[in-house]
Amino acid sequence: MNTKSDTKQQPRYINPYFGGILLGLLLLATFYIAGRGLSATGAVKLSVTKIVETVAPAHAEANPYYSKFLPEDGGSIMFNWLVFGAIGTLFGGMLSGVIYGRMKKFRVEHSPKISARTRLIAAAAGGILFGIGSQFGRGCSSGAALSGTAAFSFGGLLVMGLMFGVGYVFAYFFRKLWI
Amino acid sequence: MGPLIPQEIITGQWDFVIALLIGASFGFILEASGFSSSRNIAGVFYGYNFVVLRVFFTAMIVAMVGLMYFSYFGWIDIDLVFVLPTYLNSMLLGGFIMGLGFVIGGFCPGTSYTAVAIGKIDGIFFAVGTFVGIFIFAEAFPLFEDFYTANDLGPITIGEMLGVSNQIVAFVFSIIAIVAFYVTWLIEKRVRKGMTEYKFE
Repeated sequence: MNTKSDTKQQPRYINPYFGGILLGLLLLATFYIAGRGLSATGAVKLSVTKIVETVAPAHAEANPYYSKFLPEDGGSIMFNWLVFGAIGTLFGGMLSGVIYGRMKKFRVEHSPKISARTRLIAAAAGGILFGIGSQFGRGCSSGAALSGTAAFSFGGLLVMGLMFGVGYVFAYFFRKLWI
Repeated sequence: MGPLIPQEIITGQWDFVIALLIGASFGFILEASGFSSSRNIAGVFYGYNFVVLRVFFTAMIVAMVGLMYFSYFGWIDIDLVFVLPTYLNSMLLGGFIMGLGFVIGGFCPGTSYTAVAIGKIDGIFFAVGTFVGIFIFAEAFPLFEDFYTANDLGPITIGEMLGVSNQIVAFVFSIIAIVAFYVTWLIEKRVRKGMTEYKFE
């Protein structure tokens, strides 16, 4: 990480304020077109519902949460705005990765102070927490914190404040993972 | 005029083409800003990289101020724009859990997709984790169904909650953001001086 040859290959990113303006304009365009903002976990929620429905249809129908998302007309859950958006996100990330030369073979990125294994456990734990939290929060960073707050939702602001606030409160305990 | 889809100005299969394009732009911007790296993101909690705050707050105020202008010019019917409803108890807990997930996992779901896209295995673990988390939530849902909908305030806006107009809210947020940009820039400079582990551009 610290060798000179690596310094030359430092990833190049766009200016964060420029990135923010682009993201803000995209969000505004999304509001203008769809009447609602961006989402990331919505597609995961529908995919999980689809998997459970495929494996155990009766169980999915009996569960009060999955059954909210099962289409009444018998169409596919996956043929949905949120799912197409998430597929797009993956491709957009790939495109940027290719253009800026960050698309490389599979690897684990972690602080030199922890092992790859520790990083993977932490990543999975973080993902599980985000999965659970996003359902209570009615959306994740994209759907609740960013899009919610930008459309002046009070709940969105709550989620945003807590997400960053709790992160700061607990940062000390998890500092070994990062610094 | 807008929003287009709720008023059926655009209909049919175009929805999905548009969703794909919006999603692709979203992924591109996130990756290009450096959000495919958990270490860039987690920097916001330790003061060595505030890229998250810069991108997030800039995007938020651009969209907020933009919505107000669109509404003022009559380009969008603001009443048709979805305001996320507030379920006080559930959202407080959700925000708390996500905050923990954020500092432990270093991604949020959207950013983890872009990490997956460029071959980060930790991104894959995080993304799979979100599936597992939602599965756990849904399976346990009957236990806390009442909690999930308790204290339902409906689609209440920040302005309504504070008794001011949303134009004022957008203005105040913009001021807060600019102050935060400056303060975090100072903090970042100091923290980076003492850090030898990482190279920054």
